[in-house]
Formats: sequence, structure tokens, C-alpha cells
Amino acid sequence: MMREIQAQQITDVVERLCIEANEQLPGDIKNAIRRCRACEDWEIAQGVLDKIITNFEIAEEERVPICQDTGMACVFLEIGQDVHIVGGDLREAVDEGVRRGYDKGYLRKSVVADPVRRGNTGDNTPAMLYTEIVPGEQIKVTVGPKGFGSENMSAIRMFKPSAGIEGIKDFILETVETAGPNPCPPMVVGVGIGGTFDKCALLAKKALMRNTEERNPDPYYAALEEEMLEKINKLGIGPQGFGGKTTALALNIETLPTHIAGMPCAVNINCHVTRHKTEVI
Amino acid sequence: MEKHITLPLTEELADTLHAGDTVYLTGTIYTSRDAGHKRMCDTLAKGEALPFDPMDATIYYVGPTPAKPGQVIGSAGPTTSGRMDAYAPTMMSVGARGMIGKGARLPEVVEAMKKYHGVYFGAIGGAGALLAKCIKKCELIAYEDLGAEALRKLYVEEMPLVVIIDSRGNNLYDEGKAAYLASQK
Repeated sequence: MMREIQAQQITDVVERLCIEANEQLPGDIKNAIRRCRACEDWEIAQGVLDKIITNFEIAEEERVPICQDTGMACVFLEIGQDVHIVGGDLREAVDEGVRRGYDKGYLRKSVVADPVRRGNTGDNTPAMLYTEIVPGEQIKVTVGPKGFGSENMSAIRMFKPSAGIEGIKDFILETVETAGPNPCPPMVVGVGIGGTFDKCALLAKKALMRNTEERNPDPYYAALEEEMLEKINKLGIGPQGFGGKTTALALNIETLPTHIAGMPCAVNINCHVTRHKTEVI
Repeated sequence: MEKHITLPLTEELADTLHAGDTVYLTGTIYTSRDAGHKRMCDTLAKGEALPFDPMDATIYYVGPTPAKPGQVIGSAGPTTSGRMDAYAPTMMSVGARGMIGKGARLPEVVEAMKKYHGVYFGAIGGAGALLAKCIKKCELIAYEDLGAEALRKLYVEEMPLVVIIDSRGNNLYDEGKAAYLASQK
């Protein structure tokens, strides 16, 4: 039996998630900022973290965007294989949700129609849409608005397997160090290891959507997440790059099997406004 | 050091500021990002006048969200300044010595700051809801077609900033990190 889901329902959910994700920081990120503030012993860093906390409190209370860069709308759909979408085109349903959300939510339209010739599309479409077919008869919708101050500081490298884990560790640290003050630290770092060139970058993006209070289920990568977060927080960059302990709030790693000849690694940087919201239809 | 300053940013005032100072800024500033800077520099290259008087002016690198009904302006935090590095020396050469943004600057911008007594202030990136609170007036003055990137004249009160690079070229990004790391030894 196929379960029918109206395209309109998808539009409504995307619209709502675009607005809510931009106004309400996820609980785990708020916890991480508060926890880091409590551990921060550098004066200028404490002041910055206090203002960052006040900022997300104002945004949530007054229902205004946390940051003016309300991002490109990254939309992840996990579509159950027993779902039949009716009453419209899926791509258009998602874009319409983004269009309405960015209009009704007074969000900034930051998308240009052509990467070289530019020209604002005026409605923040198209969404960056990722679909995955999964078992079941539901659709899980996640909207993660992604700002480009941090996106611009991300990197990918195709390692030789001989570079080993040390190569990956150095690359993560080098990417964060190069990013420095630009991506609005304290950052959240998403790391993808394995797969192909394209899948690796997607893994890094997915790592940013994962709850930062949960570690990778593989104890090897869980330990690596903790080790790298600790190392990053010894770089001294600090909140906004003014110096201090709190350079990153969290680091999540996602992996995939890869080819005998390769070891791709992608590092997707996000700022302290790491936003995403999920709803199941 | 904590300082409360009122614009315009004259040479004399600029030279009293030091990298690492916390500054609460009051006065008139102008907003511009990549596209607006490109237009202003094209205008200057043609020998024409800018839409505002650049002498002693301060430019805020920001593209705000649209204002909700009843708001002066939407969320309005800084954008990454490095994208304006290609234009900043030209802007300083006509007197616009104050810059508000976030992130690293190129050496040629720092050299221009030393020459023209420029100051680079950092606003907290990602704190757009908080920063909007100190913007009391907002008026669109040019380049309306650029939307969020249009040129706006703002009146700010006690805008919380930190001096990142001062007019002698001292840089908080280098000094702050070094001082923190030294304190951990």
C-alpha cells in the first residue's frame, strides 16, 4: 500500500521550517554556547559569548532572524519508499516552501541565479535539495539554512591512503586555522571522510545537521571527534578570532566506505548560528 | 580599554583608538557590501561624486534582513570584510576611514589604513538580532535595486564594537591569539 502525501503539505512544512530554523537555535547548540561560556577564562572571549547568548535569546523571544545571513536553504528529504507524492511536482513544492518562508519570515534573499554572472533570484530559491529513499511511509524534512561566511572557509582534499589518520587530523586543524576569524567562531565543524569526491562533501554537510551532543556510533570516530575538538580549542583563535579557548563548539564526523586508492576528507565549517530544524510528515 | 565615541571619525579621533579597545559607537554610518562597493569605486573612477560625503565617514559591511512591520531595520550583523579588500583602499583615499565588519584583511588594506588613519572595527558576526537594537534610524540613499546590498544611512547609538586593526596597523587577530596562548603556558 502506498501512502499518499500532498505536495502542498511538503510546501507548508518547508515554509514553516525555514522561518523557525532562522529564529530558533537548536537546543544542543544553545547548550554548547552556554557550556563554553562557563569554561571560558579569557575576558574578551567571555564578553563575546555573553553577547552571542543575548543575541539568540532576543531572536527567539522577538521572532527575528538570529543572523542577517539567513543562508541558502539546504533541504534534506528522507522519503519513505511507500510514499506517493501527489498534487504537484516535488522540486516545485520545496521551492515554493522556501519562497513563502523567506517572504513571510522577513528573511534575506541571498541567492544569485548564476554563479559568475550573478543576479539575485529575489526569493531565495532554488533550495539546495537532497533526496534519499528510505524504508517506510513517511517523509522526514530537514531545513538547514547555511550562511556563506563559514561556507567559504570549507575545504576538501583527496588524500592518498598512505597519509593515514595523521593526514586527516592535520587537514582539519589546517582548515580551521586558515578559517580563523572569518566564519564567525565559535564554529561547528562538520567532517566527512570516505565515499567519492561528491559524497564526501555531502557527508561533511550532513555532519553539521547531526545533534552535537551525540557522538559518532563508532568508538574510533567518537574518540577522534573528541580529540579534534580539544586540539581545535587549543589553537587560541577564540570567539570572533579575538583570542580565547572557545574556537569550536562541536565537531561531528560522518564516514562512508571508499575506494582502495583513496581517502577523501571534507571539512564543512559552520558558525555559532548552526541552524537546522526537522519535521516528519 | 572601554571607550564611548561619537562620529564623525576624524583623523585625530581615529588615532586615539587601539587594537583590542572595546568601543561603543554613536553617530551616522553607511551600509555597503560587495556590489555597492563596486559601484562606488566605478563612480569614483569616472570622477563622479558618491551618493554621500565620504570624508571622515564609517562604512558598515552589512546586508540586513528586511524590516518587519514596526522595526527600524531587520537583523543586521557584519559580513566578511575580506570581500571588500579590493575596494577599501580606494574608499579610504577619499576619506572614508572607518570600516565595520568581521574577519581578516589583506596587508594592502592595513597599509592604506596606516596612510589614511583608517580604523577597522569588528562587530560580532552572527549577532544580527542584537546589533539591530542599536540602529535607531535607517534611510535608503542609493542603489535600491541591490536589495539587501543597497546603500543605507544609519544612525546608531552605543553600537558595541571592538577595534581589530588600528591606524598604526596593530591587529587584534594576531595579538589577541598570541596573548591568550602565552597565558596558557
